[in-house]
Amino acid sequence: MKPALGDATDIIGILASVIIVAAMLIWVERRLLALWQDRLGPNRVGPLGLMQVMADMIKMFFKEDWIPPFADRWVFVLAPCIVFITMLTGFAVIPFAPGVGIIDFNFGLLYFLALTSLSVYSIVLAGYASNNKYALLGGLRGAAQTVSYEVFMGISIMGVVMLSGSFNLREIVEAQRDGWFIGPQFLGFLIFLIAVVAESRRAPLDLPEAEQELVAGFHTEYSGMKFGMFFVGEYLGITLSSAIIVTLFFGGWLGPWLPPLVWFCLKTAIGIIFFILLRGALPRPRYDQLMTFGWKFLLPAGLLNLLATGAVVLALHG
Amino acid sequence: MLSQLRSLWEVLKHTFVKADTIEYPEQRRELFPRYRGRIILTRDPDGEERCVACNLCAVVCPPDCIALQKTEDENGRWYPEFFRINFSRCILCGLCEEACPTHAIQLTPDFDMGEYDRQNMVYEKQHLLIDGTGKYHDYNFYRIAGMAIGGKTKGQAENEKPPVDVKTLLP
Amino acid sequence: MARIEIDGELHTVQDGNNLLSTCLSLGLDLPYFCWHPALGSAGACRQCAILQYRDADDQQGHLVMACMTPVQDGMRIALTAQQARQFRRDNIELLMTNHPHYCPVCEEGGECHLQDMTLLTGHTMRRFRGQKRTHDNQYLGPFINHEMNRCIACYRCVRFYNDYAGSDDLQVFGIHNNVYFGRFEDGALQSEFSGNLVEVCPTGVFTDKTFSAHYARKWDLQTAPSVCVHCSLGCNVAPGERYGELRRIVNRYHGEVNGYLLCDRGRFGYDFVNSPKRIRKLHIAGQASCSVTMATDKFHTMLQAADGVIGIASPRASLEANFALRALVGEDNFFLGLDDSEHTLLNAIHEVMRDGGIHSPSLQEIEQADAILILGEDVTHSAPRMALSLRQAARNAAFALASKLHIQPWQDAAVRELRKQAPTPVFIASICSTRLDDIATNTWHGGPEDLARLGFAIAHNLNDAAPLPAALNEDQQALAANIARALRQAQRPLIVSGTSCSSLAVIQAAYNIARALPESAPQLAFTLPECNSLGMAIMGGKPLQQAFAAMNQGLADSVVILENDIYRRASTQQVDAFLETARHVVVIDSLQNNTTEKAALLLATATFAESEGTLVNNEGRAQRYFPVYPVTDPVRASWQWLLSVMTDSPWAHHDDLTSACAGAFPELATIVAAAPGADYTVEGCKIPRQPQRYSGRTAMHANIAVSEPGQPSDQETPFTFSMEGTTAKVPPAVLPVIWAPGWDSNQAINKFQEETGGSLRAGDPGIRLFEASGTQSWFNDIPPAFQAQPGVWKVIMLPHIFGSEELSLQSPAIAERCPAVCALLHPLDAETLAISDCDTVAIRDPSGTLIMNMPIRIEKTLPPGLLGLATGRPELQPLQSGMLVCLHKSDPLATDVSEERS
Ligand code: SF4
Ligand code: SF4
Ligand code: SF4
Ligand code: SF4
Ligand code: FES
Repeated sequence: MKPALGDATDIIGILASVIIVAAMLIWVERRLLALWQDRLGPNRVGPLGLMQVMADMIKMFFKEDWIPPFADRWVFVLAPCIVFITMLTGFAVIPFAPGVGIIDFNFGLLYFLALTSLSVYSIVLAGYASNNKYALLGGLRGAAQTVSYEVFMGISIMGVVMLSGSFNLREIVEAQRDGWFIGPQFLGFLIFLIAVVAESRRAPLDLPEAEQELVAGFHTEYSGMKFGMFFVGEYLGITLSSAIIVTLFFGGWLGPWLPPLVWFCLKTAIGIIFFILLRGALPRPRYDQLMTFGWKFLLPAGLLNLLATGAVVLALHG
Repeated sequence: MLSQLRSLWEVLKHTFVKADTIEYPEQRRELFPRYRGRIILTRDPDGEERCVACNLCAVVCPPDCIALQKTEDENGRWYPEFFRINFSRCILCGLCEEACPTHAIQLTPDFDMGEYDRQNMVYEKQHLLIDGTGKYHDYNFYRIAGMAIGGKTKGQAENEKPPVDVKTLLP
Repeated sequence: MARIEIDGELHTVQDGNNLLSTCLSLGLDLPYFCWHPALGSAGACRQCAILQYRDADDQQGHLVMACMTPVQDGMRIALTAQQARQFRRDNIELLMTNHPHYCPVCEEGGECHLQDMTLLTGHTMRRFRGQKRTHDNQYLGPFINHEMNRCIACYRCVRFYNDYAGSDDLQVFGIHNNVYFGRFEDGALQSEFSGNLVEVCPTGVFTDKTFSAHYARKWDLQTAPSVCVHCSLGCNVAPGERYGELRRIVNRYHGEVNGYLLCDRGRFGYDFVNSPKRIRKLHIAGQASCSVTMATDKFHTMLQAADGVIGIASPRASLEANFALRALVGEDNFFLGLDDSEHTLLNAIHEVMRDGGIHSPSLQEIEQADAILILGEDVTHSAPRMALSLRQAARNAAFALASKLHIQPWQDAAVRELRKQAPTPVFIASICSTRLDDIATNTWHGGPEDLARLGFAIAHNLNDAAPLPAALNEDQQALAANIARALRQAQRPLIVSGTSCSSLAVIQAAYNIARALPESAPQLAFTLPECNSLGMAIMGGKPLQQAFAAMNQGLADSVVILENDIYRRASTQQVDAFLETARHVVVIDSLQNNTTEKAALLLATATFAESEGTLVNNEGRAQRYFPVYPVTDPVRASWQWLLSVMTDSPWAHHDDLTSACAGAFPELATIVAAAPGADYTVEGCKIPRQPQRYSGRTAMHANIAVSEPGQPSDQETPFTFSMEGTTAKVPPAVLPVIWAPGWDSNQAINKFQEETGGSLRAGDPGIRLFEASGTQSWFNDIPPAFQAQPGVWKVIMLPHIFGSEELSLQSPAIAERCPAVCALLHPLDAETLAISDCDTVAIRDPSGTLIMNMPIRIEKTLPPGLLGLATGRPELQPLQSGMLVCLHKSDPLATDVSEERS
């Protein structure tokens, strides 16, 4: 099948709404965290504090966009762009609903994996270019963490691929008409979930920034709009991750009564809220714990899941 | 693993708990008298300035935001010629109050001191000095200190003998 | 060397010292009150108790007072033993039972030895519930505040005041627990060294009154190392600044020069810096206002337009400023700006110091002298701190006897008992009585010529080759023989002379004596008029009279006067004529005076407290002083004004000037090393002038603008105007403040000395420019004896510690202590004129013109035929040393001095 490209309005619409959603997530996250911590969160700027994002943005724009004299200038500027762009292009393969999406091609899933791994460059480069020991440590942690968890992420979704027989995300969704993969692939789902959190460097697995240990890790030296790009990049990452989880394990746009796009958005929203809940509730593991857990537990478990799925698929269809 | 899930659940339950936030400035809460807000200079029970310009508050102040100058009245009583606090630097730590040997400088529960012009955050003695004794009502440093000031000569402070007559040979 | 065990650790220490001083030298903390390194031990306060063990097996030990116990080889002691600690704590608790406990209103607070020692012993809670003893205070004059309630009866004050400084108007009265340290009645303390009570008293009984009037805690004072500018001795001082005002001076220990002590002129003379007479604006004659650019432009055009520029240098400005002036006007137009006789005297002294082959002693060496001849000087008034050293030298015979009797030199009371049995030969030959007469074994009074003749006679007695004055009377011959004998027998004989009698012959006679002294190491000390007089003599320049002549002859038509009121240097008519002839008069000075009034362009300059420079003291020691705080616009340092108009000057910074000056004069070649240059850093940081606890940084300027200004930068010295950086390990020449952890008072100095009372670690500051070398031929110019002529009196100028020095006179406290202007007259002369004490005479010149009316004081030690007047008083400007005048009793209705002048 030839890759099909959505039309221009689709592309612009999707990108715009994704960015707006990511930006609004800043407000959503603060409000939700506040809710769970028995506070109110931002509620002053605009109705319900919704304009907080605008206010923050204005502030960010007017902040001095400072590049430390000791930094590697170009790399320093490049790093936040990378995360922003990779995350954004990741959305290209997301099947929002039948007929809604930017591109539809056979290796959608691989494309997603490739882009998430690319995004780690942004962390490594930021850490290197800042020429600051905390930033460098953050960058190193980021690199090691991403490289490790990518392995488990890849392995964990192989079960899904086996069951659906395709790397095409739309076909994977279609394959779930008879039942979401969350059921047969529960173990795979868990591993994928953890790996995705690690990949997007969200709390509790935000070791590259780890404020309590590394000041602000790889973005210690960043301020103004460049910091803003990292920030929005992170929320893009959450949105992208939720969308993928929904696609792979929760039947994508499938659902009764409501239009498919609404189902997709709803499910993605719940995914996002879950991400925020994770941040609100769980403490950060130590760095060595994270690595040990990955290699000693997730890897065998992933392989087990792969073997078992393979066996079952063989038994049923072979 | 289970405990992690439990944490998630416990936190999620808070969705239905009422927020504790008090919505200042519409709502205000009652603050304790020892709350560390705006700083004042108080007077002793006799209505005189308590501050003796000893500089201890200034030296203990972490951001160094207190400056003053000692002077004396015609009877030898020490008091500050000027006393300035730069509240735009003050961190309201209360160390000055702890250092003050005379209970002159005290922190109060008034904390809304926002200003559009930072210059207005600089308080001089006339802005700081109140007419009362603040939190501590009875203490009067000069009644205890063995220094002669107007209205009190040597030997008239608390627990003092009258001045020695050096010319006597009696034991 | 002895090996002793302290708290289980072995130390090798100096023999013969007491344990307290030894422990402090080792850097150990042991509290004390009555002991003072300069005063020795008294054993009065019982604070320095330690445990001494009989032998290696003794576990018990017994308490001894460390200050009264000599070091012995093999001794075992413990500072930290429980009993000793408890004893010291209890002792302080007892001392404190009557203490007023009001450090917040005590000027000593924050640098109080009693506070330090109390903390050191750990006494924190007052348990005594009884009533406190109180004392009334006394008025002690403009310098010192008295607050007797703070006394702990350590006796340091009277031991310093009476025993060390030799004045007797401060005494201890009363008995037992009621002792009172004060005067018999209210009144100014008479000693010229009373200010040292501030530092000697370990509590706040005696505090600096001038400081209290604009008080700041020690931790709030910005400080830099400085040198006293009020006489030629160059005592090291530590001035302190707060809120842009100079607040006080305290002593800065120097092992070779001032030690622990200053004179009152040096300590209280600083207030001229804050005087209303300070010039703080630039001024161009006939214009309302003047900016820095206008002033430099004007200066520049004046120099361009000038047809020959005369530069008049200053003995109270630094070498660098004078050198800059010399570079600006050229060597041929560089005039020293001294009065003529002073110029000659300084040249003579400089030659003698350079080529005479006689050692010029530091004050420390003066204290070691064992026979002293003072020729023509009242040292207390011409070089005050030296008088204190001479007074200590007068005890050397007693020390020698003590050591024969195996009494340790620090056993103060015991050694003082020996004083009468072993007098040190001290001869004072002076114009009239001096403040040191009480230590003299013999005094003699005469006019300058007679003093010189006596000197020549002594020299002849010592060495036949030296010329003999003709027609000496028998008394003089006997006296000369007597003095010569004493000097010959001495190991370290010392001759002190100087410029006070304005007599070249006196200086030459002093040199002849020193030269005539056989083998022993003779020392010759000169007192000079001003803080950089010797520096000027070394630099060399033409006499002022030649400047007048040059202007008259039209060789020059403009003049630049550097920090010099030339009305003090020559007669008013001459100076008036000179300044009126000049087309352009540029004056650079810091205080308004008669000369600044005549300036067409007046440039405001920094005082010693706001600028840097090098001064050469009377001993030939070059010392650097540093600005304590930055100048406020538009004031600049003199050298900066001068450099600002030098086109294509190769010098941009002060250090460049110092090295250029060192390069230009071989004798000054080493001055660069007097202190580290501006590039000196400690661990990459400049040296902070502000103590670590400096307070109020973010509030002191907040009334002007709430955003703090950046700290002013200092390109010229190794210091910053901030608290960032460290003062640990800096060399003494750039050590801004004496402070060590736990030692807030100036007595922290023991942490900076090689050993207590010794030289500073890394060497006492300053560079000596001369060492004895060469020899000069005998001086033969013996003047005839002074013959009083009937009806004519010769004016003789006598210096006074308060009033004779130009700058300190502008300090209100010093001005208050200035004696009333009057003339001294011998009783016989008074009788001839039929006047008695306090009558007024009319002073006329021989032609009969009235110069002024003046009250008379009768002084029986003044030789007949002389009229004694105070040096340097503006009221006496019309009269000069050596002038002949006629006196008449003025009629009672005659106008008084001030009216006469106006
Ligand atoms: S500590 Fe108290 S008495 Fe001392 S200066 Fe500050 S306010 Fe005044
Ligand atoms: S003398 Fe010392 S201890 Fe006594 S009140 Fe003054 S500062 Fe305090
Ligand atoms: S006045 Fe000072 S020096 Fe004198 S005895 Fe008292 S405490 Fe000691
Ligand atoms: S003796 Fe001279 S140099 Fe020393 S302090 Fe006194 S005036 Fe200053
Ligand atoms: S210092 Fe030893 S007894 Fe006073």
